[in-house]
Amino acid sequence: MGVVHGQEMVLNIGPQHPATHGVLRLQVKTDGEVISEITPYLGYLHRCFEKHCENVTYEQVIPFTDRCDYLASMTMNFGYVVAVEKLMDIKVNDRVQHIRVIMAELQRIASHLLATGVFGLDLGAFTPFLHMLRDRERIIDLFEMTCGARLLYNYMWVGGLSHDLPKGFVEATLNFLDYFEPKIDEFENLLGHNKIFVERTADIGIMPAEVAINFGVTGPNLRASGVNWDLRKDDPYSIYDKFDFNVPVGQGIKGTVGDSWDRFYVRLQEIRESVKIVRQAIDQLPKDGDVHQSMPKKIRPPKGSIYSRTESPRGDLGYYIESDGSDTPSRLKMRSPAFTALGVLDEIAGGWLMSDVLAILGSLDIVLGEIDR
Amino acid sequence: MTVDYIFDFLTGLLGGFLGSDYLLLASMLIPCLAIFGFITIYALIVIYAELKVSSFIQDKVGPMGQGVGLHAGKWGLLQPVADALKLLLKEDIIPSSADRPLFILAPFMIFIGAFISFVAIPFGESIIVADLNIGLFYILGVGSIAVLSLILAGWASNNKWSLYGGMRSAAQIVSYEIPAGLSLIVVIMLAGTLNLQDIIKYQEGGIFNWIIFDNPFVPIAFVVYFISALAEVNRTPFDLPESESELVAGFATEYSGMRYAFFFLSEYANMFVVSAVAAAGFLGGWQSPFDGFMSTPAWSVFWMISKTGFLIFVMIWLRWTLPRLRVDQLMNVCWKVFLPIALLNIFGVAIWTVVFNS
Repeated sequence: MGVVHGQEMVLNIGPQHPATHGVLRLQVKTDGEVISEITPYLGYLHRCFEKHCENVTYEQVIPFTDRCDYLASMTMNFGYVVAVEKLMDIKVNDRVQHIRVIMAELQRIASHLLATGVFGLDLGAFTPFLHMLRDRERIIDLFEMTCGARLLYNYMWVGGLSHDLPKGFVEATLNFLDYFEPKIDEFENLLGHNKIFVERTADIGIMPAEVAINFGVTGPNLRASGVNWDLRKDDPYSIYDKFDFNVPVGQGIKGTVGDSWDRFYVRLQEIRESVKIVRQAIDQLPKDGDVHQSMPKKIRPPKGSIYSRTESPRGDLGYYIESDGSDTPSRLKMRSPAFTALGVLDEIAGGWLMSDVLAILGSLDIVLGEIDR
Repeated sequence: MTVDYIFDFLTGLLGGFLGSDYLLLASMLIPCLAIFGFITIYALIVIYAELKVSSFIQDKVGPMGQGVGLHAGKWGLLQPVADALKLLLKEDIIPSSADRPLFILAPFMIFIGAFISFVAIPFGESIIVADLNIGLFYILGVGSIAVLSLILAGWASNNKWSLYGGMRSAAQIVSYEIPAGLSLIVVIMLAGTLNLQDIIKYQEGGIFNWIIFDNPFVPIAFVVYFISALAEVNRTPFDLPESESELVAGFATEYSGMRYAFFFLSEYANMFVVSAVAAAGFLGGWQSPFDGFMSTPAWSVFWMISKTGFLIFVMIWLRWTLPRLRVDQLMNVCWKVFLPIALLNIFGVAIWTVVFNS
């Protein structure tokens, strides 16, 4: 008896599909349940971010950065203002730096909560998702307290912040962290050590370190492959060198290094580390300091260009800004970490079953707003 | 049988006015309507239960109905009614490329499969529509109609997602019927009959006479049956045919409105059927757990429904706790784990019966 080969079927996953995390179209070739080739088609959410930036002033770019990665707006703001400040050689005071770190790390927790929750949802586990969303909601409440917005903050401005911390923010944040820390163990037990979840993710979608580096994958996805690379440690920006935290890397506890379970677990561990950073930042938060102190009246960077990179929840977020001395950037390019993560999908997910491909896609934690820009 | 009772009753009442043919037809239709009413009311209750249990598990309140204006009633009790109304009023879409007759047939077939299973479910010593001497076998048999209609729905929709769903359900349900059937053979061996009423009567005399406590092999059979039953009714962790995050909605992708409601209704009806079989086969059916206490006909209905309801609750509980298995893992569990266990169980029970009960 020979092996029966059926005809290959071309299948479109998306752009409207519950597992594509936005409007992504994957054109896949399938032989029954086995998927042999994956071609992602992008651009359904393209809003001309980079072109827009050439026509607005430097301040007006910030709201656009919010809308790129709408699940981590704070870190998107952060990356941009760090770039412009470097270009203009602005030093911001310590209070601003600390508040920025607190916000960025809270945002990282929120983003990772959603990422791990949605990953569970992709595997059919509905409850952990809602538990994580419940706690993310409390972080968003903190943001709302600070700047009024719940999703798109426009909070970090060049040389400062839009608002100082409101009264009671520090207590509210500490309350939240006290409540939240035990919950991380709960999530780990509820989802991470669930037998079915382990069966579905361990040894699935293995991304070896070499492949990850060759494709330019960064962030938790790279660290899950066992590469210790975190810009907060390796190329510190802002005041990250003042904090004591670990960089969790994938160890292949349930399977092989770099499998989907590792990507999930690294994110969970990063939430713990972020909690540590927020606690330290709150401890060290200077009492005085005007958040508008070093804000320039007019943002007119000198002629020149800058490439600045920061660690967003999804990885190495770079801004390249070319200035011609006017008040609008003459060219702005964003290096999107989720874009590179999507690029590796065909490499690591080809040949797996349909259910696995969608699980692997979920484990990469892509945000289409940032991919399409 | 119930039909005979109703027929005799109607003949006594209306025998002078109508011919016996009409009365026979009427006495057949009355139990059908009763079952239909039961399924509808039960579905409303279990949908509400599913909403509330899931809300409890997920740390939310679920339908509450607070505030002014149109709302879902006290504690959201009207939510399932609103859901049903919504489905009834939705546009009924048949895709132009679908195979029209088969597309229309599929939801009816799946509902018929669930519907006629109810005929043989006993709710009390004389509260049963048809006391078949092969009741258990009959329920297993007509339960298989579901798989046929799922394949039909998947194929007729002319949609690749539906096709995936249909094919998955075919493989899954056909496979899991084997361990489910083999586990029930244990019950048949002990009770020595296929008649559900006789199986329940065999378990008379309190909780320790239930078949599940008969010998150490039967609890294993019960667990195997229950998990296989979960797979047969496409509940999480075995909801691959409709796995919403993978296959959009699987076989039901192209269905809308009333036709979708029939799939929905049948899923819940099938949950009741498999739970009722488990309750009757392993947990003493309508027998009271206390010998001779609370065993009037009204109480027997209560016991049957509460035992079944408990098993349905466990199904809901599992659904909101566990992720979904993968297709090949599903098959591995069935053929490499459950099938050997179920076969060994049969031997175990047989040997146990010969050694200890002879």
